[in-house]
Amino acid sequence: MKRWNNYLWIFSLTYLLLGFVNILFAWLGLICFITPLLISVFGGGKAYCNNYCGRGQLFQLLGKKLRLSRNRDIPNFLRTKWFRYGFLTFFMIMFMNMLFATYLVFEGTNGLQEVITLLWTFKVPWQWANSTTISPWITQFAFGFYSVMLTSTILGIITMVLFKPRSWCIYCPMGTMTQGICKLKEIRKDESDGRESKTSS
Amino acid sequence: MKNIKKAVISNQCVACGTCVSICPFNAINIFKGIRAVVDVELCVGCGKCKSACPGSIIEIQEMEESQ
Repeated sequence: MKRWNNYLWIFSLTYLLLGFVNILFAWLGLICFITPLLISVFGGGKAYCNNYCGRGQLFQLLGKKLRLSRNRDIPNFLRTKWFRYGFLTFFMIMFMNMLFATYLVFEGTNGLQEVITLLWTFKVPWQWANSTTISPWITQFAFGFYSVMLTSTILGIITMVLFKPRSWCIYCPMGTMTQGICKLKEIRKDESDGRESKTSS
Repeated sequence: MKNIKKAVISNQCVACGTCVSICPFNAINIFKGIRAVVDVELCVGCGKCKSACPGSIIEIQEMEESQ
């Protein structure tokens, strides 16, 4: 039986469309960043990836139901730890770079850049979706964050078409980060259990 | 002794949960957000998880069942 969380792909799709209407809606994407981290930190494991990731559902829908995926195996290198944690590191560096660009606008050093940067390289003019009644740094962050979201969606769609529907999940930085948190928590738990058993014996 | 088929998940699992949602026998669970684990009592080796796994890290292996 389908539950409410099976329809979260509608949220992901609506989010992407809203970015074409008003860029400030990009701030809503923070929900997809903060929620999985909070869930994993507070012991919920990867419940977000498993049950609430609208993007994963969207790729599944496009790839399986609409048969847009070739359904091939992903290349071996994409599932190695080196690639996954390397991509996470690269993603975080680019995210920090985006935050720094927002800071420069906040400080007044730079003016607002009404562009969406796709795949960290291609600058696409996006003036139609701007809101001028708000502080420039808020709008700048929205442009930067929407760039991140759109870029990851494009990468996800490419790997969905080339490989299996949810191939993005293999190297999704949020998935890698939340799994890493779960692993660290388990290691710490094992260490504290080891200490307790030593003191009790 | 007879041969039965079971899903075996490699340690490269990213715990995305695709196999969990597709398994018709609820035989797969995510262990503490780290990796998927198969309940060998429930798994019938149908292979749905293998074809759905985005990482292609699930194998269906034949093993002997003790009577």
